[in-house]
Amino acid sequence: MRARVTVYPRPEILDPQGKAIHQALGRIGIEGVEKVRAGKSFEIDLSHQDPEEATKVLERICQKLLANTVVEDYEVELLPGGAG
Amino acid sequence: MKAGVIVFPGSNCDHDVYHVFRHVLGQEVEFLWHQEEDLASCDLVVLPGGFSYGDYLRSGALAALSPVMAAVQRHAERGGLVLGICNGFQILLEAGLLPGALVPNRSLRFECRDVWLRVERTDLPFTSGYKDRDVVRIPVAHMDGNFQASASTLDDLEDSNQVVFRYVDESGAVSSAANPNGSARNIAGLTNAEGNVLGMMPHPERCVEELLGNTDGLALFSGLIRETVGILQQEVAS
Repeated sequence: MRARVTVYPRPEILDPQGKAIHQALGRIGIEGVEKVRAGKSFEIDLSHQDPEEATKVLERICQKLLANTVVEDYEVELLPGGAG
Repeated sequence: MKAGVIVFPGSNCDHDVYHVFRHVLGQEVEFLWHQEEDLASCDLVVLPGGFSYGDYLRSGALAALSPVMAAVQRHAERGGLVLGICNGFQILLEAGLLPGALVPNRSLRFECRDVWLRVERTDLPFTSGYKDRDVVRIPVAHMDGNFQASASTLDDLEDSNQVVFRYVDESGAVSSAANPNGSARNIAGLTNAEGNVLGMMPHPERCVEELLGNTDGLALFSGLIRETVGILQQEVAS
């Protein structure tokens, strides 16, 4: 089963990368961009077939390593048609 | 007294810390590889600065999971002394030995310069060599030194007097201009509730010799050694 995990800085935490990208977009003349948040995306292949079990493992992966929950939020998404 | 300096892949201040203990202060010291599972009976463990695991994922995140960190955790739980400097501080936070997190600097730049620190308490082994409210000049060199925690955690840290060093100006006043990275409440270093684990972003090991123009960091190490020897003597006596 394949999953995607995205990790973003929490809204109240300063996101210098997002801010820098936002400023750069202004410099190249792209208008109408109000905010950019820069995060990370992970594609994970699991041997688990049961979505519930896979979600449990992914939660653990996020809590233990992929996100620092003091300053980051994460989302877990199971992808259809992932490698079985 | 025996100090241990942990070496992670990518540590780069390990030799500086070793130099302070062995050559400047004449103490027994050894390197401990990150895959070690015991601390070779070291009384004090130092997690040095650098870029462990290339700062992959988050600064300190991967190093926090290395085998030696389980031993550091046990050492800390037994009341053993642990000092984390710069990347070492990041690792202590990621390992949950100290509260909060370090995020990228407010300036979006790597900050490498001398800063002024106020010593907020001197009742710890780490700061016994300083006088209360001393203002000292110590260099910082980091990209992710912006200390953040929830408002309630910050209040708890203040209430329980766990802030050990604060960024100040030369006169000792806290200000935003004196804060090199945007850290909440100008926090440059903090300890755990028990006072045996210290994490700090500035590098005291880089200012311990007249030859290099600044010795403000020396009192941290000499005080630490004096206190550790004192604690060991008490243990032997009892």
